Amino acid sequence: MNYENMLSDRVKTIKPSGIRKFFDLASQMDDVISLGVGEPDFATPWAIREAAIYSIEKGKTFYTANQGLLELREEICDYYKRRFHVSYDANDHCILTVGGSEGIDIAIRSILNPGEEMIVLDPGYVAYTPGVELAGGIPVHLELRDEDEFKLTPELLKSVITPKTKAILLNYPSNPTGGFMTKEDYEKIVPIIKESGIIVLSDEIYAELSYEEEFCSIASFDEIKDQVIIISGFSKAFAMTGWRLGYVLANKTLTSAMKKIHQYIIMSAPTAAQYGALEGLRHCQDEVESMRDSYKTRRNFLVKAFNDMGLYTFKPQGAFYVFPCIRSTGLTSEEFCEKLLEDQKVACVPGTAFGAAGEGFIRVSYAYSLEELKVAVEKIKLFVEKYQK
Amino acid sequence: MEDKLLLKLLQKNARMKITDLAAALDESKDDVINRLTELEKQKVICGYHTIVNWDKTNTEIVTALIQINASPEREYGYDRIASHIYKFSEVDTMYLLSGSFEFVAIVKGKTMQEVAHFVASKLACVDGVTGTSTFFTLKQYKNNGVVLIEDEDGKNDRLVVTP
Repeated sequence: MNYENMLSDRVKTIKPSGIRKFFDLASQMDDVISLGVGEPDFATPWAIREAAIYSIEKGKTFYTANQGLLELREEICDYYKRRFHVSYDANDHCILTVGGSEGIDIAIRSILNPGEEMIVLDPGYVAYTPGVELAGGIPVHLELRDEDEFKLTPELLKSVITPKTKAILLNYPSNPTGGFMTKEDYEKIVPIIKESGIIVLSDEIYAELSYEEEFCSIASFDEIKDQVIIISGFSKAFAMTGWRLGYVLANKTLTSAMKKIHQYIIMSAPTAAQYGALEGLRHCQDEVESMRDSYKTRRNFLVKAFNDMGLYTFKPQGAFYVFPCIRSTGLTSEEFCEKLLEDQKVACVPGTAFGAAGEGFIRVSYAYSLEELKVAVEKIKLFVEKYQK
Repeated sequence: MEDKLLLKLLQKNARMKITDLAAALDESKDDVINRLTELEKQKVICGYHTIVNWDKTNTEIVTALIQINASPEREYGYDRIASHIYKFSEVDTMYLLSGSFEFVAIVKGKTMQEVAHFVASKLACVDGVTGTSTFFTLKQYKNNGVVLIEDEDGKNDRLVVTP
């Protein structure tokens, strides 16, 4: 029997992730030095792990409320107010999700009708486009420009909004570019968002990893706050990727809609993870800060190293990626990464894995120790010298 | 220049090269050198030491924590008594504490007898010291933020490439 025929048309149209190919190539080789990872190198702070273990010992092994533990939701709302100056109500505006990933999915599915358009930034995180397609929507790719440091400018935004536009998905600080939107940057686009009435999905998973500038949530603009769905979680800031815990924050109507999907497909986010996260929000801010300091020094190191070897790299203000331009080597992004892997056993991810606008760039993660980065950079330098024109 | 970042980098790796420090801090090499000299002068940086796990060497070394009771002195408080204690080379680390005793001193010697002798014949005899309790260490797990025993924790088994 041909099971291909059994598959839904929709799933068949979804393209496999461009990351997958590099994962397969790199995992077949021994002793690969990887700069291709999208998760922190730190283990989860012990206080968080200990709190989760204790919750299991105490028999807290049941489902929580669909939306998640009330005390955790209250803590999240306090945290967003304290850190980013946006107020939400724990009962009406917050749902704990299985990672930020579930948040992206339920947010998209809550608002899109078949055939409606959603603007997706390119380059952007790999899950956004398939998320829109799986919901029957039409992803409209908005190509960001390196000369803007991959920020969303009012001109670019205006150029893609049509009557069919239902929403836009933002992600700042950005994976893969490290691009960042300051308050002043947002001030320029907020009137357009307000006027068009579109929904903004703001993936703020890297908010805590902001370096020189203070992180600004687009939901902090009162005039469009109700148009915004914030998606965030504990993976990056608290080094909790494997725990799968995220959350969404939105107005009451949108939250109820997302809750409807969430309660049927998930029921509730993992209980032990919720107890761990509670401890994290209450007592681990110092560890978050300490990790942020480490990332910052690594970023500085990498930006200088790539610029010194002639690969122009802007200084990203957030997340843990740099996005060097490799055009001067005459190679495409894919060629560069494949040959680098073959030649020097260093794994980076081609910019094109994050969309067509990523051509000419590679994503380099600095979720590695300075010592590891130093070794990897030496190898990349040897490689680049061969191709540099 | 952010002193905190500079100090944290050095605390983690005191052998870090000036070039690498400058890159990690996004500063010039000269600025880093000048700042280091300044911090050394101000005794913010008190040295560039190595954390040694002596248990893994053939060197005999015994460590004891000594609780010390002492009476304060007019004009000097506890500081003069403290100086009479910490000047002994056997004393590795010493703190003034709140609570039911005044000082704790970490004392090192080659053997338990040597440490016991030091406590009985030197430390306990310092003017103002009214009592001591000695606790010999059996095993060192962590020192200055570094775990010194075999520990799988945090061993990185991340996938090679992830989104």
